[in-house]
Amino acid sequence: MAKITLTDSGGVSTVLEANPGDSVMETAVRNGVTGIVAECGGSLSCATCHVIVDETDFAELPPMEEMEDEMLWGTAVDRLPTSRLSCQIRVTDDMDLHVTLPETQI
Amino acid sequence: MAADHPGTGLLIVGASQAGVQLAISLRALGFTDPVTLIGDEDHRPYQRPALSKEFLQDKITKESLIFRSEDYWREHDIDVVKGEFIEKVHTEPDGSGTAYAAGGRTFDFDRLALTAGARARRLEVPGADLDGVLYLRNADDALELKARVPHIRRVVVVGGGFIGIEAAASLHTLGKDVTLVEYADRLVARAVGERTSAFLADHHRRCGIDIRLGTGVQAIVGADGHVTGVDIGSEVFAADLVLVGIGVVPNTELAEQLGLAVDNGIVVDRFATASDGHTLAVGDCANLPNPAPGADPGSRVRFESVNHAIEQAKVAAYAATGRRADYAGVPWFWSNQGDLKLQIAGLSTGHDQVVDRSPADPTKHSVLYYRNGRLIAADCVNVPLDFMMVKQALAAGVDLSADRVADPSVALKPILTAALEGERA
Repeated sequence: MAKITLTDSGGVSTVLEANPGDSVMETAVRNGVTGIVAECGGSLSCATCHVIVDETDFAELPPMEEMEDEMLWGTAVDRLPTSRLSCQIRVTDDMDLHVTLPETQI
Repeated sequence: MAADHPGTGLLIVGASQAGVQLAISLRALGFTDPVTLIGDEDHRPYQRPALSKEFLQDKITKESLIFRSEDYWREHDIDVVKGEFIEKVHTEPDGSGTAYAAGGRTFDFDRLALTAGARARRLEVPGADLDGVLYLRNADDALELKARVPHIRRVVVVGGGFIGIEAAASLHTLGKDVTLVEYADRLVARAVGERTSAFLADHHRRCGIDIRLGTGVQAIVGADGHVTGVDIGSEVFAADLVLVGIGVVPNTELAEQLGLAVDNGIVVDRFATASDGHTLAVGDCANLPNPAPGADPGSRVRFESVNHAIEQAKVAAYAATGRRADYAGVPWFWSNQGDLKLQIAGLSTGHDQVVDRSPADPTKHSVLYYRNGRLIAADCVNVPLDFMMVKQALAAGVDLSADRVADPSVALKPILTAALEGERA
């Protein structure tokens, strides 16, 4: 079973079971994680689903595409070396992903 | 709250982006009365934007469109009702009342919120009722279109607004022969500036979509009850399918029954409250004081956008909890059209100066709009950083002076950062 652990800016963690094929953003939003806004619903238009991925986990993700990289320069909280937009991270079988949420998305 | 009458809390009519956000925001603000969210479709509340894009192209599943899990609604004690069309509503002077569904069910409420959105404007020409003339507003519309896609070759799209262009680009991507006719002399004339319209038309024509501007439809022609073409007067375009995207009409019938002020949408104040002082109206069906930076004082606007539905729903949730919050943020819009990602920040209406900082790359476009020397909006295509910097500048009330941004090789971010630091200093 794939698993995502999201830790908010106050240090509170939520662990979600995730379906392979869904995005990390979808999984979080559908289950009411408020630290991810995702206004555009995953069409890579708003940069409000910013997450900072655990360093080890980050290395295992497929590399991001140019558009995501460019969008990340415009997030509300400045990007860090392991920042991603969670709408672009696909859940895979047996994924055990750890991400931290920025203080704000807008 | 409202303990002196039978209840039952806040009734939200319309399981739209606005209705869903209102329900979510009410609970987030600690609203403890019952919340019922009624939709007239037989689907769980879902997101519309992808219907003309990723969903139509089979890039995502129906499940991806769903707003929230069943567990979420249950845990937040939000009663989601599907498949009930509210056809009549009655209110008392205190705003409480009863809503009557076409199927016979009734729903009492202490307070009503209208989030019924808008419906596709119908094409009124001979032949418009032929089989194969479709619209694209709801999930069922998209499912019908998708079911027909494998059996068609030639499509005529009527209307060069967002829906028309997005669907045209999607259908072209799916290998269809696409012609788009638009009555106005440019694409998306309501939402983008002239240069952006020209950029979009050039790009989609280069991709192989036949775009005919300044072209009205005289009639839809058919054989054996099925569409075979679109008659523009001077010629007939052959078509196996006609997709009509000529705008929407706000759903204001319930508001009219209640005697609420209606003028291109349900007239509301800054706090999403209608003219009876009780009923809330949010999203595509509402007409509100224009919150865009640089708008004329006193001007009003009706938006058709996700961002607006979300922001105004938050305002309405505050109003329902007896608090007042101003509309936050800057209106923004997006439209994915094939390989193009169009992002719009602010409203360019009434601009008197244009700064075109488009890079040399023919797939990129960035135009900033000014009014009385101040930045009011930007249209950006495949230049997301410009879009985000303009959006942030507008939200912060910071100007990006026209003479400093004209060179596309100069990044906006340092200018914005310096301006923000200057404000703080």
